[in-house]
Order: sequence, then structure tokens, then C-alpha cells
Amino acid sequence: MLKLNKDKPKVINIGLEKFAYDLKTQGVEVVNLFWKPPLPVENNYHQKINSLYENIIAPANKKALEIINSGKAILTGMDIALSVIPGMHKDLILHSGPPISWERMCGPMRGAIIGALIYEGRTKNAEEAEKLAASGKIEFAPCHEHNCTGPMAGIISPSMPVFIIKNESYGNFTYATQNEGLGKVLRYGAYGEEVINRLKWMEKVLYPVLKRAIEYSGKINIQGLIAQALNMGDEVHNRNRAGTSLFIRQIAPAIIKTMTNPKDSAAVLDFINGNDHFFLNLSMPASKAILDPARNITGSSIVIAMARNGTDFGIQVSGTGNKWFTGPAPVPDALYFPGFSKEDANPDIGDSSITETGGLGGFALAAAPAIVQFVGGTAQEAMSYTLSMYNICYGESSLYQIPVLDFRGTPLGIDVVKVIQNNIAPVIDTGVAHKKPGVGQVGAGVVKAPFEPFIMAYKTLADNL
Amino acid sequence: MQIKAKIIKGKYLDSIKLMLISRELRSLIGVLEAVAIVATSENREILKASNMLVDEINSASENDIAIVIKADSEKSALEAINKAEELINQPSANNYNQSPIPHTYTLEKAIAALGKADLCLISVTGKYAAAEAEKALEKGLHILLFSDNVSLEDELTLKQKALNKGLLMMGPDCGTAILNGVSLAFANNVPRGKIGIVAASGTGLQEISSTIANLGGGISQAFGTGGRDGKKEIGGIMLTACLTYLLEDEETEVIIVTGKPPAEEVREKLWKLISLTSKPVIVNFLLPMQIPEQPNLFYTCSLAETALVACQKAGMEIKNKNLSDDFPLPPLRGPYLRGLYSGGTLCREAIQVYFDNFGREPFNNVTDQDSFQLTDGWQTKEDSIIDLGSDEFTVGRPHPMIDYSLRLQKLAQEAENTKVGIILMDVVLGFGAHPDPAAELVPAIKKLPADLIVVCHLLGTDSDPQNRQKQKKELQQVGAYIFTSHHSACEFVCKCLQVYRRAKC
Repeated sequence: MLKLNKDKPKVINIGLEKFAYDLKTQGVEVVNLFWKPPLPVENNYHQKINSLYENIIAPANKKALEIINSGKAILTGMDIALSVIPGMHKDLILHSGPPISWERMCGPMRGAIIGALIYEGRTKNAEEAEKLAASGKIEFAPCHEHNCTGPMAGIISPSMPVFIIKNESYGNFTYATQNEGLGKVLRYGAYGEEVINRLKWMEKVLYPVLKRAIEYSGKINIQGLIAQALNMGDEVHNRNRAGTSLFIRQIAPAIIKTMTNPKDSAAVLDFINGNDHFFLNLSMPASKAILDPARNITGSSIVIAMARNGTDFGIQVSGTGNKWFTGPAPVPDALYFPGFSKEDANPDIGDSSITETGGLGGFALAAAPAIVQFVGGTAQEAMSYTLSMYNICYGESSLYQIPVLDFRGTPLGIDVVKVIQNNIAPVIDTGVAHKKPGVGQVGAGVVKAPFEPFIMAYKTLADNL
Repeated sequence: MQIKAKIIKGKYLDSIKLMLISRELRSLIGVLEAVAIVATSENREILKASNMLVDEINSASENDIAIVIKADSEKSALEAINKAEELINQPSANNYNQSPIPHTYTLEKAIAALGKADLCLISVTGKYAAAEAEKALEKGLHILLFSDNVSLEDELTLKQKALNKGLLMMGPDCGTAILNGVSLAFANNVPRGKIGIVAASGTGLQEISSTIANLGGGISQAFGTGGRDGKKEIGGIMLTACLTYLLEDEETEVIIVTGKPPAEEVREKLWKLISLTSKPVIVNFLLPMQIPEQPNLFYTCSLAETALVACQKAGMEIKNKNLSDDFPLPPLRGPYLRGLYSGGTLCREAIQVYFDNFGREPFNNVTDQDSFQLTDGWQTKEDSIIDLGSDEFTVGRPHPMIDYSLRLQKLAQEAENTKVGIILMDVVLGFGAHPDPAAELVPAIKKLPADLIVVCHLLGTDSDPQNRQKQKKELQQVGAYIFTSHHSACEFVCKCLQVYRRAKC
């Protein structure tokens, strides 16, 4: 028997939008469901996931989110990669993204490896470096598999100094190099003399000064700085101006108090002051430090890492262990600097999407109206990116808040199930590298994660349960 | 000639919007053909058929939009692509000059946003439609499934599931309904009243409900079931459920049942239900038909008469039973009729009226009688009545009730043939339909030879968004014969043809 109530119906419209406007004209309450053709996933996977979601997956995700939300990422010190990064050895070079062979590496990543081999004194020039890199004598591994994160090419070689971040709630550590600044830099694949000289200066001058200052300061709460930076217009991925300012405010007195030579200290302060992105290499390892303890929770569909190596886009998911799921890295639709276009762009690259995985970057765009030109030009668009990400996250950050959303927590804990079933890809703020090594950054914008890795993770999760 | 293509990844717009964009692109200088389309495998076939499947499209997925431009120069093609990107990326509210409607990404959030939702109106591409309908049924929502190309198996499953929960499952391929006074999809603005309708036909429901409104009556509920509900495979389960509801509904005093003739066992079920009550039920199945003798069962021979009888049974005093103006018969310049329809049921009624007058069908594209079937709707001959809303015309295009371009093209083509003496068309008003049909038709009719007679049936009410009186006046000013009853329009056309033919004998 049909049952109808006699009120004006409230309507959900899926499909032709015109129908919704006609209903609105009649004074009907109507909501448009934003619809796209579903992703190519066989129905049996959906059935299995749906049957397990409430009792197995959701509780596992809840646990993962509690772990992430209770993390406490502290900058505790600095050291040289070889002495502190687990598994680091003299023939190992770490790179961004999922695992990749020398043969499949993109231009900027190869350029950065050439630079690192010259910096390490392993070869004299690029030609020799290429031969050495291709010889099999040098081992390559993802930063993520050694508790590290690296922006763009993300190269970490044994002699490089690294920041040490500790998650005090869970006792795990993460590491990242010091940010080099913009222009011709290693992470964009440049390996000329000025690049190597700067890396040497960073090892010989910047590192000792900062190391002493951090030791003197004791612990620096990076998440506290991130939370403040969000209130000051950063989303802590493409905009780190507030974060860097806050960091310099925190560290400057200690740099002065531990000064051995005024020239070096001044140079260090100048260097940090001149590099708006200095804080990125702290927000990234901090994000990883709070995400890592949520790995390996059986049944959890929460994404623990999203990372790109300039060829592949990879993700790791809590419930599927440390397995990488990969798909082709997309070429960003970005705002290109004058003289450059999409033709020049390398596919998306870098571990910096760990910030999005941790509820920052593209997920916190609503906090950063100053960079809306990268996302189409209006604050409304920046807002809609953040709002749409709530639809694919299991929860919200209890620490990171967005002022313009009445201090709502940022969307946190990307849920593979929601990505697939709602057909919404995570948005990532990104810098765009020139596809030729060493040219540097050619644009910035927003890129959507490819669906392939999420589809594979979804199916694997279903198969494992 | 230059062909340029572009893929916009991960973007989705509904088909009407893409078609309107395609149309705007075609109007650009130097552009010969333009398509903006979701890159599904079906749509690729369409592109292939029109030689527009260029290599770039092969990398596109079903989640991408493909733009293909044929232009006289590379510059024109690139300009058109830029324009296409601009149109595709503009916020959707701009398409309708209205403030945006709230949108959500998930059904759960849509329900939450409304507090409590009642109905889900689904018009996504057919192959995805059943899954969306099933999800909405799970949430306890009534469904109006506008989409077609849903399998009979899915239709049956969905309808059974709906009825188990006491829910309406209108469609697939249900174009119209009026629920508690709200017009859904292609429906007219009619007042509330005592007459309930259950219809397995879209324009049939529209014609009857509009006529009732124009006679001064009103509608309690008008349910659409989709055209296949009366088939043996579906067993008329939604027809019978809706009829049962209306028989018991206190607001409904008179009931109308209409649609293509249901299967015999379905008809038996309907007669049985009707025989158990005393509420008057008016039935029209678009064909003359034997019905059982029951005091409360009335069978009518036209959609207009169905409305009239229902109003009478509802106790209304009908002073003027003439639903349309009367006109003196004009002389024809040639012997043949061409009917160019947008409404499927109206097209069938026109064929039936013709049959009643001439003892045979006109050539048409909806019949199952081989001898009168036009295999190609473009190749009309002698007396022809075609449904431009049928699949052969609507693949990759908006429905002719929304987009008049195909009909205008056909009209101009028919006018060139001096043997065509009279044109018969339906002009459907109401929600969903073209916002101003006269704006399309008036310039086209003006260009026609003055001795070609144009007869239009204007379906709608004075409260429809298009303003029926304004449409009527504008069309009459360019010499068209405007009827507000479809049956009268068809009779008028047949009389004109008979007069011409008698004079020639």
C-alpha cells in the first residue's frame, strides 16, 4: 500500500538541474545532489565494503582518527641523515613518492639525484653522476619508507642535515631536510654550482646554527605553530609565510643566545627570513609524525600517506599495511608563471601532499584567502574546496581550525570508502616543476588526486576483509 | 577544415547543460559543428558516427568531458574550445540566471539538509539510474525516475521494493507527475482539486491535467508510472497501486486512468479494482476498446473528452464544452499533412484521429504496422506524423520540448515541398519545457510560404511559466491556427484534408 503524507514534498534532485529550479519557483524545498558517473568499481566490492562498513571499517577508522588527533609533533633537534635516519647508508638516496627505478624517474628527480651525488662528492660532474645512478651501485628508496618526507624531488642523501620531529604521544620520529628556498634548487632538479654551494652552506653554516638554537630552545611544538598559522592565512602547503614568521620569532632569540659568530647568525636569519617556504619542511614531517602511528589498523580505510614521485601518484592506507597503490601522476591545471604553460609542466611531484593527508594544504584552503588566485580567483572557490573535502574525510581535526568556518576543525582522515563512493578526489595544493631538470618552479595551483590508487586500495581492502 | 578536441578531466555537467553549451558553440563564427559531451562509450559512438571521434578522445574516461570542434580555421576552432572551457567552468547558477540551489555531494547530506526529504527526482543517464533509485528507496524516498534506458528487470525490482515500503516508484521514463500540488519534471501548473490521475503516459497526463485546469477543475494527485508499467512483465503493479491509493484517497472524488493499452491481465486487474468501489473512474487508453459494463467505469475516445467527463463527474457545471476556438476551414496549397510532434502520446492520439477519419494510419515512426512505418523519420512522405521525441532524434540532443532547433529544421524542410499543404504541431508549455516557444516558432513561421497552413496545439494553462495567452497571441499573429484541445486540432486538420481531397475528386 502506498503511503503519502499530504505536505508539499521536499525534493532531492539528481541529474538535470533545470528541474530543481522549476521546483524552487513553486516554493518547494529542493537540494541538488552533485552527481557524477560512478567510478569503475564492480558492484561486489561495494556490497562487501557496505556490509562491513558499520561494524568493522568505521570503528577502525574511528580508532585511526583518535590516534591522529591525539598526536603531538615536536621539533626536538637536528642531525646528519646518515647518523639518524633508520636504514640510511652511504649508497642510499631517498626520494619523494612511491618507489621508482632510475629508468622511470622524471627529469627533475634525476636532476636532483645528479646534484646529490655531486654534493656527496661521489662524482665530479653530471655525466658521471648519471652513469653512477644508472649503474645499480646506488640504492633508491622512498622517503616515506625511512620515516622521512621531502618536498618536490624530495632527495635526501647521507650527508644532508635533517630536522628531527618526535610524536611525543606515540614515540615515533620523522625527518626532513632544511628548505632551500626558491629559484634554482635541488628539489626542482637543479644541480649547478650555485645549488651545490648552497647545499654546502646549509650543511656548514645553517645546520650548526639551527641545531644549537633548537637544542637551546628545548622542544618546539610544530603543531602549535601550524594551528596559529592557519589563523593567519596559511594553509601550510602553498602558503607558509605565517608559519615561517612564527618559526623565526620562536627561534631568533635562541640563535642570538647561542651565537658563536655574528656573521653566520645574521646569514641564517636572513636566509630563513628570505624563504617563505622554510616552514614547509617542518609542517611536512610534523604531518607525517602524527599520521604514522595510525598505520596498520585492520579494517581501517584511512589514508596514511599520499605522495608523488613525478611519474606515479601513490597512497598508503592504514588497513592495507605499507603497500603502495599507485596511478599516473596528473599534470596540474595550475596558474603558470609568465612565459610558461602546461606544456612545460612535470607531472605532480613531491611528498608535500602529506599536509593534505594530515588535514592541511588543499583541505584547509578556506583558511588561506590570500592564495585564491591559484584556485580560480575567488574566496568562495577556496571555501568550496575545503567544504567538499569534509565529504571524503572520516572526521575533523581537533587542533587545526578554520576561522572563516567558525573555527570548525579542518577535514581530517581521508576515507578511501568515501572517496570511491562519493566520487570525490582529494584536492592538493601544489607547486609545479618544469619537466626539464633545474629550470625550477613554473606555476602553482590545485591538482586532484587520480582515482586509480584509491580504487585499488578500495578493492584490496575489500579482499583483505 | 580543422578538427580540434580537448578533454576536461574529472568534470561532469548534466546533458541539458552540455547540449545548450554545444548549441552556443555551434553559433560561433567559423564553427561548423561542435560537441561538448561526457566521454562515455555510448557518446563516443555518437562522435564516431559523426566523424568527430579524434584520437585525443581515446584517453578520456567516463568521468571526463570531451569537447570536439569542427571549424573552418584553426583559429576559429581554438577560440571555440576556449569558449567551451569558459562555459563549462562557469558556476551553474549562471545558466539559469538564478541564485544557486543548495547542493550536497551525498544523499545522506541532502536528506539532512532538507530535514526530512520526501521524494527523489532522478534524471541521470539510464545506465546509472537504477542504482541511484535503489539508494533513494533505501532511504525511504518516493521516486520519480525520469531517466529512460532502464531494463525491465530493474524496473520490476525497483517497483517491488518501493511497494514493499509503501513508496511511489514513478518511471523509469516518467516525464511528469503532480504530487500534493507540486509539478514535477515536465508538468503544468494546475490548481488542486478533486480529480486524481494515474497515467502511463507523459503528455497524456499533461494534456488531461491542463484541460481540467482550463475547464476550471483541479487535481488531487497525478501519478506517472512510466510507459511500460502496463506490460505483462511489470504487471501494472504501479498502475494498480496508484489506482488503489486514489480509490481510497478522501481528497479524490473522480479518477482518471490513461496510457497506452495495458496487457489484458493488467486491464482485468484494473476493472476488478474499479468494480469494488463506486468512485467514478474515467479510462482512456488512446484506442477504441471494449470495456466491461460497470456503473462507475467510463471509457472516452480522446484525452480532451477524458478531462471533460472527469470534470462533469466531479460535479462541475461546464458551460462551454468547446475546449478550443472554431475556425473556418482554410484552403490547402497541397494535398499532404506533416505532423511534427514533441509529445509521444499526443503523436499517437493524432495518428488515432487520422485513422478514425481515413480508415488507415498516416506514415509515422511510432507504429508497429510495417506498411505505415517510416524507417527514417527524416524521410517523410504523403501524410506523415512523426514523433521528434523518439530515440532516433533525441540521441545526443535535448528533448524537442526543450530545444526547438530540430523541429524548426524539419519545418523548413517540409515547407519546401509544395505538396505539403498543412503542418500539425504540438507546443508544450509548463515546467521543464522551453521557456518561450513562441520566440522560436514565430520567426520560423514568418519565413514559411503564406499558403502553407500551420496548426498548433498549445498544451498548457494560463498559470504556466510561459504564459499561455501570450504564446497564443504571438503565434496567432503570424497566422498559425491555435487550438487548446489536441483532439480538436487533429479533427480540424483532417477536415481540411477531406475538403481538399473532395474538391480534387
